[in-house]
Amino acid sequence: MYQDLFYQQNWDEVKASIYAKTSHDVERALGKERRNLEDFKALISPAAAPYLEQMAQLSHQLTKKRFGNTIQMYTPMYLSNECQNICTYCGFSLDNKVRRRTLSDDEIIREAEAIRNMGFEHILLVTGEANRTVGVQYIKKAIQLVKPYFSHIAMEVQPMDLEEYEELIEAGLNTVLVYQETYHKDDYKKHHPKGKKSNFDYRVDTPDRLGKAGIHKIGLGVLIGLEDWRTDSFFTALHLDYLERTYWQTKYSISFPRLRPFSGGLEPKVEMTDRELVQLICAYRLFDEEVELSLSTREHPIFRDNIIKLGITSASAGSKTNPGGYVVEPESLEQFEISDERSAEEFAEMIKNQGYEVVWKDWDLALQ
Amino acid sequence: MDQLVIADKTFNSRLFTGTGKFKSNELMENALVASGSELVTVALKRVDVDNPEDDVLAHLKHDQFNLLPNTSGARTAKEAVFAAQLAREALGTNWVKLEIHPDPKYLMPDPIETLQAAEEMVKQGFIVLPYIHADPVLCKRLEEVGCAAVMPLGAPIGSNKGLKTLDFLEIIIEQSNVPVVVDAGIGSPSHAAHAMELGADAVLVNTAIAVAGDPVAMGKAFGQAVEAGRAAHLAQIAQPRVTAEASSPLTGFLNQL
Ligand code: SF4
Repeated sequence: MYQDLFYQQNWDEVKASIYAKTSHDVERALGKERRNLEDFKALISPAAAPYLEQMAQLSHQLTKKRFGNTIQMYTPMYLSNECQNICTYCGFSLDNKVRRRTLSDDEIIREAEAIRNMGFEHILLVTGEANRTVGVQYIKKAIQLVKPYFSHIAMEVQPMDLEEYEELIEAGLNTVLVYQETYHKDDYKKHHPKGKKSNFDYRVDTPDRLGKAGIHKIGLGVLIGLEDWRTDSFFTALHLDYLERTYWQTKYSISFPRLRPFSGGLEPKVEMTDRELVQLICAYRLFDEEVELSLSTREHPIFRDNIIKLGITSASAGSKTNPGGYVVEPESLEQFEISDERSAEEFAEMIKNQGYEVVWKDWDLALQ
Repeated sequence: MDQLVIADKTFNSRLFTGTGKFKSNELMENALVASGSELVTVALKRVDVDNPEDDVLAHLKHDQFNLLPNTSGARTAKEAVFAAQLAREALGTNWVKLEIHPDPKYLMPDPIETLQAAEEMVKQGFIVLPYIHADPVLCKRLEEVGCAAVMPLGAPIGSNKGLKTLDFLEIIIEQSNVPVVVDAGIGSPSHAAHAMELGADAVLVNTAIAVAGDPVAMGKAFGQAVEAGRAAHLAQIAQPRVTAEASSPLTGFLNQL
């Protein structure tokens, strides 16, 4: 289990070793054909900042070599904003007084049709954590309902037990995204004071349960802004490395959500600049040529347009982060504000103009 | 040097050696002692298990050596399992180097029989070190059935050609959760050092020592090469400098944001 590896590390020591990296370490990492976790540390360190263009060029080449000139498209579908957890950074948090809403079967189908009509074949189902209203059976039903419309079903919901994952995979689930939010245990407690999510260890072992259940793809990441992003990203890379060795038949993706404003919001403890986000994306690519790197609509359009060539392999577009946001009830409360308001079509057009192919479908449920 | 741990054993030397092809057993003994090797393979087919005074074994009775019986000669999983059981009885060790090569010409390991045999041997309580082609997927499958290490080949056995499977060895080393021992093909100390620099956990050398002009001196040279390669790996080798290709800048947009 990753936990065993994780507890052998010490946050402060890891952090110190990242900040101690020098330009020599960065140059060594850049010159290698295969890069290890120490190289990753060098590439995310402040010492790598002057090498950003070089990292970007390399990241561009490696991504082209492995993925070609393609960007995969997906969009989220929020099924519910009910949540029994308190998370200091989220608009759906239990202590946030907003109207709660969970889509009915009929509404799920209407949303699915609308999203499919926008061109999407890959869907990401999202809920808060409210086991009574949106427990495993609700999600299983939702998967069955949307299955006829999509070729690839991902979800981002509460962590579950092994058998529950097995049941959902059987029902057609392909990918699970589960972000650790932060690997800093004390800070994790501060941001998740109440609810099931406050159990750090259960969350950190979720990818292990997914791997054991035989999931096709796992998405990892931290919420950037809660803690030192370099240290948090190292622990993500360590997690990725461990998972790739252990559940070697599973694919992996990484996301880089930066804390976004929302109603009642928390100010980020740590700011990450655009330049640093580019550095992080390139560092992941240089560390792992195969991992999928995903960018959400949290980011600014100019940033999104330019990042296409720098290592990203999948992007969401036209996203709504409220339940029923596409057609059922466009005005309900969002989880966070999105930054790129362009339609999926406009976004796809931009990708094509850069000489890239927009990939809407890259899986088939028949393969499952 | 940092120690290597495989299953329940700790090794100071990362050079494993074989016992075939030496001109005499005395010479073998001296060469292996000089090499510093602590794990020595013996082919079950070569020792007389009924004779406690067997000449090969007599020359390996040193505290320095742990014996690793191999199943060389086995052509199927069934034969290999049987050979391992015999070796356990005769040599009093549950360690086994699993080798199955149905092909008498190049002695290429059979992946399918090897995987089956490994699974069965692990169930029977053996510490299994399988000799295989440098096949990354097979290595993961063997790890999953419980092998204590994997031993991918560098080049055809006895060929002294070095690391012909380099690209695959790199992938295996990168992905493995168990020690990786590069076996077969290593013909000179520089090959051994190279494997260690790449991050292999150990190498196994036989022919290159046994048939050298001076096997004792060569054994020692291999011992030193393995140490040097390991130390270089730990020290993080400097890389050739990359020069960025001249192409339009990709990060210029950051200035506009
Ligand atoms: S982040 Fe998830 S668990 Fe936390 S409040 Fe928001 S929806 Fe609930």
